[in-house]
Amino acid sequence: MRTNGWRAEIVGGAIAFFARAITAVQAVWTGIDPTRQRQRVYFANHASHGDFILIWSALPPRLRRQVRPVAGAEYWEQGRLRRFIGSDVFNAVLITRNAAERTNDPIAQMAGALDDGASLILFPEGTRNQTDEVLLPFKSGLFHLARTRPDIDLVPVWIENLNRVLPKGAFIPVPLMCNVNFGAALHLTENETKAEFLQRSRDALLSLSPAAKVTP
Amino acid sequence: MNTVHSDLMTVIAGIGGVLVVASVIGFILQRRLSPNGQNDGIENLNARIRAWWVMAIAISLAFLAGRAGVMILFALCSFAALREFMTLTNASRADHNTLAAVFFIVLPVQYYLVWTSWYGLFTIFIPVWVFLLLPIVSVLSGEARNFLIRVAEMQWALMICVYCVSHVPALLNLDIPEYRGRGVLLIAFLVIVVQLSDVFQYVWGKLIGRHKIAPSLSPSKTIEGFVGGSLTATLIGASLWWMTPFSPVEAGLMGFVITIMGFLGGLVMSAIKRDRGVKDWGHSIAGHGGFIDRLDSVIFAAPVFFHLSRYFWSVS
Repeated sequence: MRTNGWRAEIVGGAIAFFARAITAVQAVWTGIDPTRQRQRVYFANHASHGDFILIWSALPPRLRRQVRPVAGAEYWEQGRLRRFIGSDVFNAVLITRNAAERTNDPIAQMAGALDDGASLILFPEGTRNQTDEVLLPFKSGLFHLARTRPDIDLVPVWIENLNRVLPKGAFIPVPLMCNVNFGAALHLTENETKAEFLQRSRDALLSLSPAAKVTP
Repeated sequence: MNTVHSDLMTVIAGIGGVLVVASVIGFILQRRLSPNGQNDGIENLNARIRAWWVMAIAISLAFLAGRAGVMILFALCSFAALREFMTLTNASRADHNTLAAVFFIVLPVQYYLVWTSWYGLFTIFIPVWVFLLLPIVSVLSGEARNFLIRVAEMQWALMICVYCVSHVPALLNLDIPEYRGRGVLLIAFLVIVVQLSDVFQYVWGKLIGRHKIAPSLSPSKTIEGFVGGSLTATLIGASLWWMTPFSPVEAGLMGFVITIMGFLGGLVMSAIKRDRGVKDWGHSIAGHGGFIDRLDSVIFAAPVFFHLSRYFWSVS
């Protein structure tokens, strides 16, 4: 599906190798079957710059080729290197976060990528969580996407420990083991309000965190 | 040098032979008792045997590559073990600089000291210099919460995963008359005896194990497994005397000592896992768990084996 040339393939492989060397990342499949090639929106907690790289590295190659992270255009369109990594290596769907500067509708962009057959990695908190909260409230993007493309599987993905590998303000990642926990897919149900859906999807994501396992 | 090479080939061929026998037994057990993968014990046994092939090939290649190969292999083992250990500690974001220094400075320096045979600094670098400097780096972050716990855990992690493991390649630095250039066989002796002790404790335990030896620490260890495994490993140690500078009796005694240290080390590491509520240290080695699950007995045996060999046999 990706035709971004051998340089992007090599850099992508090197990034995945580096991520594995530092974190020995292990995918834990508690809710979905990774051998089933389905179109999915993976939505995850976001505490570190490395989050989508870790999900990307944890996915089996077949699913990895299909997946596109949704990322902020403001960051990934600055400079040649970022543009190469964002567009060529990860094939990111770049959305403008500042609504006043928008020329494209982010939901339409994501829906368009889904219509082209891609899966998406989405961080519904909207920004990196730099607080002591476990998970910030979700922005409404996930809801609008679920309403626009109701057949797509929405898969909660909990990233464990990466915030210790690369905490806020740190530049050198410290080697620690990370897990990426894939939960059961969910869909927007009939008559479900935005608030209800966002609450339900957030709870589904929280239930995958290790803290949830200790205190049920 | 030539006899080292031929002895090494004998050892590698022997390991290969044992693994072929183990694989055949595993295959027969699977066909008889678990044709559709329904017996977890047998599936785990076969996963372990497959992983043993990978580990045996890795260590054989390192032995054939010589000094550099052995150093790199054990430095990588230290890295993987330290990564597993630090994951289970309370080290927080206040310790980020300390952790970065531990992984990217202390670990390479310790192996550099082994590489250059700088014995005086190799033995004190971590227990003196790093043990003093590490809490200083952490205290500069200004975070007092859990301070003693955080520092003590990081120090212990270094002791276990770097200091103790580095005593395995350090065996190459011993200067034993009539044994020069054969150090790699001493490493092979240590690794083979300790790992076979683990294997035979497992086998004896599965066959005749009845009485648990430490039920609150390690539910799988039995008195029968321990006695059978350590006696078998002692006999194997004695029979491998030709690899070592020891006489057959001495090799048996050495085998006995490292087997006991390995067993007790396994208990210590089990207690840590219990305390942290995990079954395995990691997931990197299919069927076995993490690197520390496979290294735990070597970790406790290596420094004792190193110093006994050095005190009684080495001239410098």
